[in-house]
Amino acid sequence: MKIHEYQAKEILQKYGVVTPRGIAGFSVEEVVNAARQLGGNVWVVKAQIYAGGRGKGGGVKVARSLEEVRQRAAEILNMRLITHQTGPEGQVVHRLFIEQGVSIEKEFYVGMVVDRGRQRVCLMASSEGGMEIEKVAADTPEKIHKVFIDPIAGLSVQQAEEISTEIGIPEQSRSQAVKLLQSLYRAFDESDASLLEINPLALTAEKQVIALDAKMNFDDNALFRHPEIVALRDLDEEDPVEIEASKHELSYIPLDGNIGCLVNGAGLAMATMDIIKLYGGNPANFLDVGGGATAEKVTEAFKLMLRNPKLQAILVNIFGGIMKCDVIAQGVVMAARDVQLTVPLVVRLEGTNVELGKKILADSGLTIISADNMADAAQKAVNAAKANA
Amino acid sequence: MSILINRNSRVITQGITGKTGQFHTRMCREYAQGAACFVAGVNPRKPGESFEGIPIYATVKEAKQQTGANVSVIYVPPPFAAAAIDEAVEAELDLVICITEGIPVRDMLRTRYKMQGRKTRLIGPNCPGIITPDEIKIGIMPGYIHKKGRIGVVSRSGTLTYEAVAQLMALGLGQSTCIGIGGDPVNGLKHLDVLQLFNDDEETDAVLMVGEIGGTDEEDCARWVKDHMQKPVVGFIAGVTAPPGKRMGHAGAIISGGKGTAQEKLAVMESCGIKVTRNPAEMGKLLQSVL
Repeated sequence: MKIHEYQAKEILQKYGVVTPRGIAGFSVEEVVNAARQLGGNVWVVKAQIYAGGRGKGGGVKVARSLEEVRQRAAEILNMRLITHQTGPEGQVVHRLFIEQGVSIEKEFYVGMVVDRGRQRVCLMASSEGGMEIEKVAADTPEKIHKVFIDPIAGLSVQQAEEISTEIGIPEQSRSQAVKLLQSLYRAFDESDASLLEINPLALTAEKQVIALDAKMNFDDNALFRHPEIVALRDLDEEDPVEIEASKHELSYIPLDGNIGCLVNGAGLAMATMDIIKLYGGNPANFLDVGGGATAEKVTEAFKLMLRNPKLQAILVNIFGGIMKCDVIAQGVVMAARDVQLTVPLVVRLEGTNVELGKKILADSGLTIISADNMADAAQKAVNAAKANA
Repeated sequence: MSILINRNSRVITQGITGKTGQFHTRMCREYAQGAACFVAGVNPRKPGESFEGIPIYATVKEAKQQTGANVSVIYVPPPFAAAAIDEAVEAELDLVICITEGIPVRDMLRTRYKMQGRKTRLIGPNCPGIITPDEIKIGIMPGYIHKKGRIGVVSRSGTLTYEAVAQLMALGLGQSTCIGIGGDPVNGLKHLDVLQLFNDDEETDAVLMVGEIGGTDEEDCARWVKDHMQKPVVGFIAGVTAPPGKRMGHAGAIISGGKGTAQEKLAVMESCGIKVTRNPAEMGKLLQSVL
């Protein structure tokens, strides 16, 4: 799960991380009032969307008077912000965040992720703040410094000092940086974060170390113990189809093709997309109905796929284990009757109760193209989609 | 021989009283030598009771002492599953298989940390389990699709493993052992660990390795295979069509920061002498071609 910058900063402040003073707003008026409340004579108005690269896309602007705050806020609010992370369709800005301006002497990068190979949280830092870290990693890997954190002891003073020195935090500000890094790790650990990025971390003209930006993602598997984080969820930022899917415990990701895929198991679902592409077709979605799918769940899955106006065919690929083929077959028949199936349907069943499942489909009177194996199924789905186009 | 488990394994079920634990314990007992293999259950609130003749103990340690069990399988719900692994490790079992899906990464980081220097091996979490066909199955895979033979299978997913096995069976190729190592980012045995075991197993002639997007486990494994493996290995990687930044069902199946793509994995595997296919319908045929 993702949250906005201002929400991440609120969490980090609780752990003692210093950030510029800021207030979130949902309208131009709120933002102007917030500027007045913050005081000073320089402010930064920032679009709040989950995607990164907001500055380059025109979503972060400096204002030097209240009138300018009003202008900038009006420009950014409701704009369709396109960044390298939003895709070409962009993301509409519904929330703004206004902060006091800070005079910056130098910018750094700090990030934390779980390193799978080491099975530790990795703290990464670089002297190259404000840049796309992937680009820094690719072009100048020597400028990225890493330490791996002991999950029991946490980030040690020694590790934090070492990495602060390596990225070039001046000595007089180093103890501040150490404290900040340790606070960041405690926030990461205690909130079950999966990613934390401060880009940039700034050294101000007053030699203060301060988090100018903040990005936090969380482990979905741990949300059960963080209702306070779940409450921050912003549905405007999520695909409505994915929201609907999650209500039915379906794992669904829309893609840009025209062949809908309904599969049990994530690996087999990916492999099904791959083989469609290999045979000259284009998958319309990733959809894993999971191990415990019921007839009702299969019906919901069909409804999700049929929302897609580009859909030209559906491929059902099931390898029954615990999930029985007859249950899936009943679900397919129910769904096909319930939702007025308008595109060709190819079904491949294998595994537990496969004969019973095939009989249910054959007896249903529905026009179903049955397939004997994965290759046959993919070929038939690609052909059906082409014929229907 | 086979690897990790055989007819002599003695298994404790942690979470035997839950619906999932009950159902799968029953299925595992019905499979091959399972009736003799599944000897104990654990539930701290129900010691002294039994499940269909299997005695239930309060702790893993006690179950081990009383029955001589050396393996455990875990069906405990996600909030408590990592602690269940810890308990099995503390009791010094040889092998723990954690089926549970949805364990927080933070819990697994701590559990893996505590496993350092301990003898216990971990399969999973979020995995279908392990089967040595016609001897014993520990997990949720359908037993009947397998047959004893000389091909090793290792995979990160469940149903895609069944698909691979079915393709082998269609060609008359049985399996020595099939292992699903699970789809989580922080887990126990990796492809590399399993390949090492297959390499040393006299009853395994060749290995089918099924991977997916995310992480670099397959690449690490491929580099080891190049220098050490004495048996043919073939592979498939799911997710060539997966878009970056989207989690494809499994917590571990995500292309992030431009890393973990299927293309990159396939390229490294090929450069290390592993024959790969981009067609998931041809995993069986590819394996047959190297025998």
